[in-house]
Amino acid sequence: MATSKIIKPNELVVSIDYKPPMKWWMDTPAEFKPGMYCWGAKKKNLDAVNFPNARDWSPKEEDWKLPENWQEILIEGLKDKLGKYRSFRLFMDICVRCGACADKCHFFIGSGDPKNMPVLRTELMRSIYKRYFTNSGKALGRLAGARDLTLDVLKEWWYYFYQCTECRRCSVFCPYGIDTAEITLMARELINLLGLNTDWISGPVANCYLKGNHLGLEPHTIKSSIEFFLDDIETITGIKIEPTFNRKGAEILFIAPSGDLFADPGTYTAMGYLMLFHELGLDYTWSTYASEGGNFGFFTSNEMAKRLHYKVYAEAKRLGVKWIIGGECGHMWRLWHQYLDTWHGPADFLEVPVSPITGTRFEHAKSSKFIHIVEFTADLIKNGKLKLDPTRNDHLKVTWHDSCNTSRGMGFLEEPRYVLKGVCNNFYEMPENTIREKTFCCGSGTGLNASENMELRMRGGLPRANAVKYVRDKYGVNMLGNICAIDRATLKALVEYYTPDVSVAGLHELVGNALIMKGEKERTIDLRLEPLPGKEGKE
Amino acid sequence: MRAVIPFIAVLVLVLLAFIGVEVGKLNFLFAVVIPYVAISVFTIGFISRVVKWGKSPVPFRIPTTCGQQKSLPWIKDSKIENPSSTFGVIVRMALEVLLFRSLFRNLKTEMKSGKIVYGSEKYLWLAGLAFHWSFLFVLIRHYRFFIGKVPAFIGLVEGLDSFLQVGVPLLYITDVAILAAVTYLFIRRVYLPQVRYISLPADYFPLFLIFGIAASGVLMRYFYKTHIVAVKELAMSLVSFAPKVPEGIGVIFYIHLFLVSTLIAYFPFSKLMHMGGVFMSPTRNLTGNSREKRHINPWDYPVKVHTYEEYENDFRDKMKSVGIPVEKE
Ligand code: SF4
Ligand code: SF4
Repeated sequence: MATSKIIKPNELVVSIDYKPPMKWWMDTPAEFKPGMYCWGAKKKNLDAVNFPNARDWSPKEEDWKLPENWQEILIEGLKDKLGKYRSFRLFMDICVRCGACADKCHFFIGSGDPKNMPVLRTELMRSIYKRYFTNSGKALGRLAGARDLTLDVLKEWWYYFYQCTECRRCSVFCPYGIDTAEITLMARELINLLGLNTDWISGPVANCYLKGNHLGLEPHTIKSSIEFFLDDIETITGIKIEPTFNRKGAEILFIAPSGDLFADPGTYTAMGYLMLFHELGLDYTWSTYASEGGNFGFFTSNEMAKRLHYKVYAEAKRLGVKWIIGGECGHMWRLWHQYLDTWHGPADFLEVPVSPITGTRFEHAKSSKFIHIVEFTADLIKNGKLKLDPTRNDHLKVTWHDSCNTSRGMGFLEEPRYVLKGVCNNFYEMPENTIREKTFCCGSGTGLNASENMELRMRGGLPRANAVKYVRDKYGVNMLGNICAIDRATLKALVEYYTPDVSVAGLHELVGNALIMKGEKERTIDLRLEPLPGKEGKE
Repeated sequence: MRAVIPFIAVLVLVLLAFIGVEVGKLNFLFAVVIPYVAISVFTIGFISRVVKWGKSPVPFRIPTTCGQQKSLPWIKDSKIENPSSTFGVIVRMALEVLLFRSLFRNLKTEMKSGKIVYGSEKYLWLAGLAFHWSFLFVLIRHYRFFIGKVPAFIGLVEGLDSFLQVGVPLLYITDVAILAAVTYLFIRRVYLPQVRYISLPADYFPLFLIFGIAASGVLMRYFYKTHIVAVKELAMSLVSFAPKVPEGIGVIFYIHLFLVSTLIAYFPFSKLMHMGGVFMSPTRNLTGNSREKRHINPWDYPVKVHTYEEYENDFRDKMKSVGIPVEKE
């Protein structure tokens, strides 16, 4: 794992100094520290989605191979965005620099770099806005907080707007709701006009566009990955499951984040989905075309995000399903909840979701026609439709990580806790200021989960890890539950680094463990094929 | 430096008014022309700024949800922190505007022997609240200068404000509060290293200006008595658009009025516009029920997509080889 190569956790912690340097930020160009940024986007990946200025480049090099008129392009772009987004225009004008947001960002907490204070991150952009779009900035320059758009500024943007995970924690505390995530979105849109993407984002975007999912899994691979899980499920339960793919006429289309098909512990979550749907006899289908719920396009531009999520409704329509269930994923759900219906609705060819098992009509999704799998499962448990044996999770002491996107872009707080309490007996909350709407990011969202920026990730993840460590020491917690595919990948690296005795699990893995299936054999191993403590002897 | 220039600027303003009136005898300019200009600049500037904001649409429904969503009927939703109804939004906004709800959440993040701890931090909220509410009270009290017969509610406000019953004339609590709050906000800005680092001249200037306004007001009320009747005469003449500058108003009044005029004229071009902006913030003033009610993006446009047909063309053989159904054999 790449974490072994970087600075040690205790060294990392002592390296943090919250006191800003003597030199003012406008006089301090960004210093590109290794381990703190990602590689540049490759030509072929930008070409695949027709992005401008596609070329192979490296942020380390002096020459970024920019178009001649790059300043003009940026200023024009800025003008365009100001006219399109009230959030952006407003947030450029009304910050009073009270500093309430300053120490709320996990990247600031973990790095002490003042430009990671949300207010200063925004000033990086605001100073340019002032210089080119306000009279005071034009006349007074620096005195009004304005500065020229130089190459140094552009590099600084690239560096720091890829050090923000759009987690919105700052926005919770701001008296005007200024959301630095909105600024980061705009900044990334703008620098993408110059082809300044990262490899870790542009690769998945190209994959997702052409093959349907970030990982670039082709249809036959998707099927064989799932078949692999089915074998494991058979080993565990003795039950043979036969899901369908791209089946027309199914009642429900199920779309998961592709990460769940790829690497553990996401794969265990996928097994949980499969077991649950099988047990219910649900009339549903997977799709190899709409094989990604997440959307790395959002980390480049709104338009790209819209292009990638086209397939959700399109595939539902083609297959003639009635409604859609979405899997456990974070940014996927911010987008599905706050954007998808606006982008591609109205989905009037679908029906309001009704659970075929409980008859519950999901009124809150009556326009979008899709629900979260955890809403579906919570409803099942509430109505007593699942047979569960939570003692099968008794070897786990679980704490709950609220993902940024589902918490602050949706308000998805109680449903997962309800399901969690239904399937396991030992649940301990992390401290109040680190959960729910105040939850801390994993440190690697918005496409920052590469390996070359591992130090950045470990710094950004420090507040989360700090809280995990707290419940580990206090209650002996050994499992970090979550409902996000990125989390399952990134928190794994994070706990490996800070608290190696804690593991990471998606919620439906724990559901799968506890679920008593019709005709199953006595379970002796869990979904990870590890012995279930206390059940080994019974075989 | 970033604090010094605005400080000098405010001193210069004070001097300008002093010399203008004492030496230049430009009483009419300072008492009539400048206030009229300031009010016009404020009105036009404020409106055009709000219109500018309003012209940029809200393409997506992006509230920052600070509580449980409305989903299953047996899960208690947070009607205010994550409103699903207009009423909830109104309450949420009222709490933001009147009580600074979000600022009330403020925490202090500290590193203590290798551990990060979050302490409660309410001083900024308290000072902000004291400052803004005092300002409002002071404004309301000033209304008595502009109206012939003083309405009852002004008397009520004044009574409340001076309930301590100390001093002659009675001491207004808001006078003390606003000076204390502005002083706190200034000290905080220079004392906290992070806040000092982010501060611009544009952050210090209004603080000094407001301090100057409050201080000159206090001086006038409690120390150098001004000719109140003459001031009221002037104010009434201004609002009835028949400006007349009475004799005998002390220079300190002109300083006060000039600083106020500056503040008013400066307002629309500054961060003080947060007063109008807070009502329009899309992360606060929208409902969170995007799946229940579709939000329309007025500038939506069709985008290039990768259709199923193209996808199947790319993978048809592979799909067929593993038995995944296809549209075209
Ligand atoms: S909390 Fe809001 S107003 Fe205060 S500095 Fe941060 S963004 Fe600006
Ligand atoms: S959105 Fe999150 S990562 Fe970005 S500045 Fe705010 S707190 Fe930091």
